[in-house]
Amino acid sequence: MPDERTDRLSGVAAVPGVSKPDSVLAIDSLRRSFGGLDAVNVDHLEIQRHTVTSLIGPNGAGKTTLFNVLSGFDKPDEGKWHLNGGALIGISAHLVARRGMVRTFQLTRSLARLTVIENLLVANQNNPGETLGGALVGRWQGAEDEAKGRARVLLDRFELVHMADEFAGSLSGGQRKLLEVARALMVDPEVIMLDEPMAGVNPVLTQSLLGHITGLRDEGKTVIFIEHDMDVVQEISDWVVVLAQGEVIAEGPPREIARNAAVIDAYLGSQHGEAAS
Amino acid sequence: MDVLEIFRDGFLAMIGPVTAAYAISAISLNLQFGYTGLLNFGQVSFMLAGAYGTAITVDLGGSLWLGIVVGILTAVLLGLLLGLPTLRLRADYLAITTIAVAEVLRLVVRSSWAEPLTNGVFGIQGFASSFFDLNPFTGGATYGIGSWLVTGRRLWVMIVGWALVALVLLLTRRLIRSPWGRVLKAVREDEDAARSLGKDVFGYKLQSLMIGGAIGGLSGILLAVEQQNVTPDAYLPNVTFILYVIVILGGAGTIVGPLLGALAFQFLFFTFDAVMASSQANIGVVGDILSPAQAGQLKMVLVGVGLMVLMIYRPQGLLGDPNEVTLDAR
Repeated sequence: MPDERTDRLSGVAAVPGVSKPDSVLAIDSLRRSFGGLDAVNVDHLEIQRHTVTSLIGPNGAGKTTLFNVLSGFDKPDEGKWHLNGGALIGISAHLVARRGMVRTFQLTRSLARLTVIENLLVANQNNPGETLGGALVGRWQGAEDEAKGRARVLLDRFELVHMADEFAGSLSGGQRKLLEVARALMVDPEVIMLDEPMAGVNPVLTQSLLGHITGLRDEGKTVIFIEHDMDVVQEISDWVVVLAQGEVIAEGPPREIARNAAVIDAYLGSQHGEAAS
Repeated sequence: MDVLEIFRDGFLAMIGPVTAAYAISAISLNLQFGYTGLLNFGQVSFMLAGAYGTAITVDLGGSLWLGIVVGILTAVLLGLLLGLPTLRLRADYLAITTIAVAEVLRLVVRSSWAEPLTNGVFGIQGFASSFFDLNPFTGGATYGIGSWLVTGRRLWVMIVGWALVALVLLLTRRLIRSPWGRVLKAVREDEDAARSLGKDVFGYKLQSLMIGGAIGGLSGILLAVEQQNVTPDAYLPNVTFILYVIVILGGAGTIVGPLLGALAFQFLFFTFDAVMASSQANIGVVGDILSPAQAGQLKMVLVGVGLMVLMIYRPQGLLGDPNEVTLDAR
């Protein structure tokens, strides 16, 4: 039940850098600068396990840079972060994914000339046929069949199963977003980081994607996602982290964030102004 | 001018050992370029490494069979050395490095400094006698039907060459259809996406470059053995570009494409060759206008036009999937 989840965060104060009862990801004095500009400068941030945590902030706040650093696609100038207590600094991107933290991209990166189901099969881990020796002499058909079964279930869930054997490049923009999330899930991660999964997706699809995201949390995954639409954030987040100029300026339950004067003034001002008028 | 004769000459050249060697080299390039997306502009350097590795080993007193092993290992090592510094960088760096290394290697084996080993511009000859000792046919005799004849020597190289083509095709087919091959394609499509899904992109690219290197080395060895000759100037950059033409003509990223491309290219090349030579010699008007040398140059123009026509009507190559060409890259 959702209430149980929020209960575990209910005693947590809504102050930046507060420690959580059961954090899956912990970030300490993480800094990434481009020239003189600190794109990310986070003193301390913890992400609670089995929650949907939204990362919001104006353009250029450093949300995607934070994702890039955390997922190993970019290197920080200093700082450290731990996934389940294991340090991730200096670990290359593919190893971060193997440790159970998978990210998606703001601009979808579908593997265009692979079929939809192949896109998912690539994301399967530990197939013995993926090593050179295994491909030449190994037996990998069993692992492959098992992966195909899992891929079909995921495609079915994201309503892409009828496209399974089409090239991913022939999908529409919204379908590619779905494919990207499905593909990330195929890795079977513990933490999934979604970079604006709803951008450019039509409202009907958005609703079903939101359902999928809360569904993931209920299955026991931790979702961190970047989103601009405040209604969406209010609807599905258990916790909201507000980033501005690379720093965490506020965090807390969505309702409290919506009331936070600093956040409203600086970052949500226009949207809330419209809603009030 | 006899049309059948021209067709015969084109056909006999097409099924010759050189085509088999080009097919093998194209299969190797296709693994790197067509499936992994690696811009290897120095394919000829793998052929050089294989050929010189073999010839030098025999020259130093080793057996031909040891030489073949050394040749292939030399090509694999070249792949490793080319890949290590470049494959973590953007795709263009591999392209620049490979084209430069290919020329540098050719100039090194050509130099007087390397002469004790490579015999400089004169190259090394006659190192493949033990291969021809195994020839079950009579070297000087001709085999065939009517005027469709090949010598016993050529027939022996052809049989071995095409058997190697079949072997290499089966090997790459097994690799490409495996999950390993699927990861290669994912790397070709989007490296970052593959990385985000837990794939060691650098490792896969390096493996592709090295396996491609081994196969490229094998093709160089086949060519060298067929001619009993290695000379540096057989390894000019244009060999690489002919191989690209073959791969794209046949259909990059298809398994049999490079083989078909090699056959088509060689057939076009030798048929136009026969057409031009025969018209120049036998048709008075043509003979008046063109010297034999000019006829040869015009042949290249015609080959170019033929390739353009093929690319206009089949941009995906002979075997490529037309849907792939129209796909949005992202």
